[in-house]
Amino acid sequence: MAPDTRPGEPEIEYNTPLNDEVKTTTCYMCACRCGIKVHLKDGKIRYIEGNPDHPLNKGVLCAKGSAGIMQHYSPARLSKPLKRVGERGSGEFKEIEWEEALETVTGLLSNIRNTDPRKLAFFTGRDQSQGLTGWWASMFGTPNYAAHGGFCSVNMAAGGLYSIGGSFWEFGEPDWPRAKYMMMFGVAEDHDSNPIKMGLSKIKGNGAKFVSVNPVRTGYSAIADEWIGIRPGTDGLFINAMINVIMKNGWIDVNYLLRYTNCSWLVIQNPGGADDGLFVRDKDGNPMVWNRKTDKAVTAESGLMDAALKGEFKPKRGQVAKPVFQLMAERYLDDVYSPENAAERCGVPADTIYRLAKEMSDVAFKEEVVIDQPWTDWTGQRHEKMIGRPVAMHAMRGISAHSNGFHTCRSLHMLQVLLGSIDTPGGFRYKPPFPRPIPPGPKPAGRPDQIGPNKPMPGPPLGFTMGPEDLIVDENGQPNRIDKAFSWEAPLSAHGMMHMVITNAWKGDPYPIDTLFMYMANMAWNSAMNTTDTMKMLTDKDPATGEYKIPNIIYSDAYFSETVAYADIILPDTTYLERWDAISLLDRPISDADGPTDSIRQPVLEPDRDVRAFQSVVLDLGARLGLPGMTNEDGSAKFPGGYPDYLVNHERTPGQGPLAGFRGKDGSKKGKGEPNPNQLQAYIDNGCFWHDKMPDEMHYFKHSNQAYLDYATEMGFIPKAERVVIQLYSEPMAKFRLAAQGHGDHQPPDEHRARVEKYFDPLPFWYEPFEDIDNDEEEFPLHAITQRPMAMYHSWGSQNAWLRQIHGHNPLYIPQSLADKHDLVTGDWAYLSSRHSQIKVIVQVMEGVNDQTVWTWNAIGKRSGSWNLEKDAPEAKKGFLMNHLISELLPDQGSGYRYAVADPVTGQAAWYDLRVSMRKAEANDQAVTEPQFESLPTPPGMAERPSSVRYGSQFAKTLQKATKIFGGKS
Amino acid sequence: MTSLPLTPSAKRLGLVIDLDICVGCQACVVNCKEWNTGGYAAPLSDVNPYGAETDGAWLNRVHALEVGEGKNSRTIHFPKSCLHCDDAPCVTACPTGASYKRQDDGIVLVDESKCIGCGLCAWSCPYGAREMDLAGGVMKKCTLCVDRIYNENIPEAQRQPACVNTCPASARHFGDFNDPDSNVSEMVRERGGYDLMPEMGTRPTNKYLPPRAKQQDKPSCVGSETAASTQVAAQGGFLGWLDDILSMGA
Repeated sequence: MAPDTRPGEPEIEYNTPLNDEVKTTTCYMCACRCGIKVHLKDGKIRYIEGNPDHPLNKGVLCAKGSAGIMQHYSPARLSKPLKRVGERGSGEFKEIEWEEALETVTGLLSNIRNTDPRKLAFFTGRDQSQGLTGWWASMFGTPNYAAHGGFCSVNMAAGGLYSIGGSFWEFGEPDWPRAKYMMMFGVAEDHDSNPIKMGLSKIKGNGAKFVSVNPVRTGYSAIADEWIGIRPGTDGLFINAMINVIMKNGWIDVNYLLRYTNCSWLVIQNPGGADDGLFVRDKDGNPMVWNRKTDKAVTAESGLMDAALKGEFKPKRGQVAKPVFQLMAERYLDDVYSPENAAERCGVPADTIYRLAKEMSDVAFKEEVVIDQPWTDWTGQRHEKMIGRPVAMHAMRGISAHSNGFHTCRSLHMLQVLLGSIDTPGGFRYKPPFPRPIPPGPKPAGRPDQIGPNKPMPGPPLGFTMGPEDLIVDENGQPNRIDKAFSWEAPLSAHGMMHMVITNAWKGDPYPIDTLFMYMANMAWNSAMNTTDTMKMLTDKDPATGEYKIPNIIYSDAYFSETVAYADIILPDTTYLERWDAISLLDRPISDADGPTDSIRQPVLEPDRDVRAFQSVVLDLGARLGLPGMTNEDGSAKFPGGYPDYLVNHERTPGQGPLAGFRGKDGSKKGKGEPNPNQLQAYIDNGCFWHDKMPDEMHYFKHSNQAYLDYATEMGFIPKAERVVIQLYSEPMAKFRLAAQGHGDHQPPDEHRARVEKYFDPLPFWYEPFEDIDNDEEEFPLHAITQRPMAMYHSWGSQNAWLRQIHGHNPLYIPQSLADKHDLVTGDWAYLSSRHSQIKVIVQVMEGVNDQTVWTWNAIGKRSGSWNLEKDAPEAKKGFLMNHLISELLPDQGSGYRYAVADPVTGQAAWYDLRVSMRKAEANDQAVTEPQFESLPTPPGMAERPSSVRYGSQFAKTLQKATKIFGGKS
Repeated sequence: MTSLPLTPSAKRLGLVIDLDICVGCQACVVNCKEWNTGGYAAPLSDVNPYGAETDGAWLNRVHALEVGEGKNSRTIHFPKSCLHCDDAPCVTACPTGASYKRQDDGIVLVDESKCIGCGLCAWSCPYGAREMDLAGGVMKKCTLCVDRIYNENIPEAQRQPACVNTCPASARHFGDFNDPDSNVSEMVRERGGYDLMPEMGTRPTNKYLPPRAKQQDKPSCVGSETAASTQVAAQGGFLGWLDDILSMGA
């Protein structure tokens, strides 16, 4: 109860109403997508807080989410469609009406679709509506679609999906309450931000040990019980060394391996043959194992627990085969992976590697977690208890953004599997709709025979290839996508390769395009490798014709980002508080391990500018173009109500739409059900989310839990209630390798053979990151990496009046040993050089960083004039981008061809492969970072920058202010 | 000079801040700003917010510090706001009576109608926990969300300071230190909660929980494990061991 006012103390109004109205919605200040409550007062936002009922964040909210007010009212918001009037890149625009903008775009796109739909490249950055945009590209008929996954963490996603049928973050999570040991790899401070913080707090409170493997000790690593300051790009070697230890010592869960993985499946040993490395299968295609007891090859399902794990067998006349596990033993027991041999390269002592492996094994096998919860497996066998190995792991970009990331991610999952901790109590848990079949399908569409004028593609532009026949290449094996995804250069590029679009389009390789249509991707700045040249490519003209090499660029963004200046037409988007959205199970889900979740955004405020939500614009364009699925037979728009109309009424397959909750005419169905006209209201009434808590018997062993598999089928998560067998050995990889070795109808062009053969190893292995091979160790002795700070996400935080006070510029953090070597102290300036370029930066010395590594915060540096900041804002003058140092292309290996700086399996951008050298800048150098670029002019319609913000004073009208007589500025 | 209450306050409301699990995410910092810029301390101005030299008033900040050198170094995230001291020098330093400590709950507040923005309180605070609002010319400080903790319009579970409510790591806790059974008193007892700079004699209410002992070298559950494995290896290596396991009916 509030105290009475004491004599001499001023009276305080304790019961001030928080709001006139409170609305729930979903945060968009990063990719975490927490539930929020937005309090409105006098038509303005009074306060944004975490929604306590929301299953993801349970009421908490991070710094970014709490700064939503400043994002919404940012003076960097675009306010009206713009048309370029000056040269591209000059930033000269005029305002135009939406109708003119949409008609112009429709004209461009219509021509493309009538001739060659591939000439539209539609790339959507940090899009949270890929369910819509991918489908739109498919209906348009262009294979040239992707979002930002290719330059973010596709290695993580693909590594997991091709191995365990799930992955970290959106696909799975540590069993936070039950884990007794937690090892985290390459997670700076990001995905998924609030659940990780909540989870680490639980872990530490429970007395579990938390180990963080990361070259830099900030954020989560700061609270780790043990920080392993590993050398960048060597996580795979470190993990394989731990696998070496646990296998050598027998610290593995053989029961788990036999029951749930393909470790016993027989692999054909026929070097040079067309079937080498494939599984032995019966005539129905069932994989075979060797039954130890009967000494016969039998199907994997029938031989399950009696299967041989070691040895060499002759399942058929003339056929030699070994169980997967035998091959694993041969690989990982080899001394190349002994802790002693890994230690120096990783920067982790051998005894530490050994000890960590032992600690994990001890916890896994001596501290198992037992839950008294019966469950039934896929064979119908009932188990009285759920027994788990309480070793949890999480990993993200630090291990995946390397050219060896795919195999490293597979190694990590192998370690989890050997310990028996995938979807067991205390370990890693899948989040529905995962696990999915391995790989999860569907396959990508976009082969030449699937493309044609006015023709939709028969499938989605992104998907999962199973073998060479699924590649998006022409009859000569050459790429058919502008980013060369799903080509022999990156056969498993499940998220596309957005980082290669501009370079390739500029070169016209594999073909010129007509229009580049981008959304929410700052490709002229922090989302591009080689930013300096990228800007040139966007403005480069063909000397013969005087036309831009990328003829048309359309861009949609809510804010005046650096990329705006490079577009011909700007379609201004709304802020996240002015829009409808769906966080869909068809896209990137926000479920937890106890059940599926999806959510919506509802407009909390009406736009006060002439802006439109991008998703509604895309549907409008679809209708104008007459795209199937977006147009009725009479030619009218199928979703005249825009995106919310689509969210409710679009069905991907009968009964399945963007939102899984409150389906059916009366809202009583989940997963599948006919559209419910009141679905969005039902979400709003439920706090803008839907969560289906599954019964306890489904909570673990989901890959093999019959009750869960039935549920997942009923919900439409998986096509059939078939169990998911963990693929330690990946047969699709073997198929690509065979093609490279000269087998089959679909083979790589000769110049790619050796590369495909090497990197498509069906068992994970570690190799040097490409830049380590291509750079001289003495010339470029240092690794350079970036991390995302917890209080800033992407580039869009810099316009935020509050967040930029926390991260206004970014120094280059260097280890003390390096500072000593170069006679540097904090505040000095230094040049950082790579094989590609040079930058000048301000230095900060720290202890908690690997000795061979320098690093900085990602995307803090801004181009002068952008984001409606003052021209001399610290973001522009003291901030910098590491991107300038990173070439998007590897050096010519002798063939004249330059591969992307990317993983050779998935095409993931290998940002963290970067090698650099450093030297101190002379004292008389001008104290600004380099490179600097001409300041961008402010586009028309932009709000004036206020000289001060006193946000909230309007809510405190009753508070009496004294007249100042002296002191302070007013 | 302003006087402190003559008798100790009936309640001593304050915060416990757990340095063991603070990851330095700045959630408390920004949520505090967001709540208070429209609340009792409204507004918390930001001067030149989109310019080169920005200066904003914040009631709570988190600093990332490195302590020690080399292998013995560690990174600490240190949240800092008013500690609502019993012997609050900011109160006694105030020439107008604007700074005061409440008799009933011990919260230290600024009565802005009396504040002349002279800054003496900020000079006297050894923790640097007060910030001048440059646009308003008045002193700002943590109010312990006095307009939240007693606000009957807020659900009871959330009637605590915004920083506590929003902290994703549960590193911040709110309660009455005069009540020996309160959550905060209990935590201080169990985890060795300590005063910041006790030598200053301010007798702060807020307490910090030190980082827990690191779980280095987690003790093995079975001491002879290594020896046993070595033995297995000697008898036929890993694959030999596998035979044994499988023949036992794995």
